[in-house]
Amino acid sequence: MPLAERPLSPHLQVYRPQLTSVLSFLHRMTGVALAVGTLLLVWWLAAAASGADAFATVQGVIGTVIGQLLLFGWTFALFYHLMNGIRHLFWDAGYGYELTTAYRSGWAVVIVSAALTVLAWVLGYTAGGVL
Amino acid sequence: MSALRSSLGRARGLGAAKDGVAHWWAQRVTAVALVPLALWLAYSLARLSFADHAAVTEWIARPWVAITLVLTLFATFYHAKLGLQVVIEDYVHSGFAKHAMLLLSTFATFALGAGSIFAVLKIAFQG
Repeated sequence: MPLAERPLSPHLQVYRPQLTSVLSFLHRMTGVALAVGTLLLVWWLAAAASGADAFATVQGVIGTVIGQLLLFGWTFALFYHLMNGIRHLFWDAGYGYELTTAYRSGWAVVIVSAALTVLAWVLGYTAGGVL
Repeated sequence: MSALRSSLGRARGLGAAKDGVAHWWAQRVTAVALVPLALWLAYSLARLSFADHAAVTEWIARPWVAITLVLTLFATFYHAKLGLQVVIEDYVHSGFAKHAMLLLSTFATFALGAGSIFAVLKIAFQG
């Protein structure tokens, strides 16, 4: 059944970005990015199950500059989606809808996510003796 | 409130969409499970950053690690499947494209979930 082409009222072109809307969009975008990133996780696990050669290959790819950049982005996506997800769960339980609270929790999510990302990477490089 | 519902509707219990809360609830349950599990996975993978193949497989083969990994992978791919479904339903409206993408995302998440869990079990059982 073909849908009639009807115009949409403008939203992205009209409304000024606010912390609430930006973080909401970021939550969705990091979710999709994480889903795509699971491909790397599955490859890594499959390579580990296959043998040392396959594993060395995937580790090599992850070790490239692009690989490290992507992994860094994926790490931030994970921690951001996790922290904002907790924020969502509080909303589901009925807490935190007041505007000031929503803004405070929003900034807390951003700061904690960035901190956890840096922490994870420091941990990773330290474990490898690079730091 | 119940005056707005037909007797048949009230007896059947479900609305026009037949089902929706189950999806919403499953998303929340997997989310709650993933809070500790994802943190654990991130921490573990960070610690294994430069580990060689032998060290990684030794770690995965530990019973409690393997079990937790399987649970984490299951929760992750189920959560991803539900999330992608919502995103596709929001942006794709034309009949064929929407159903095709929904099927693709469902099959892909299940396939990746099955594959990754199999890999973990293979390492765990082969020792």
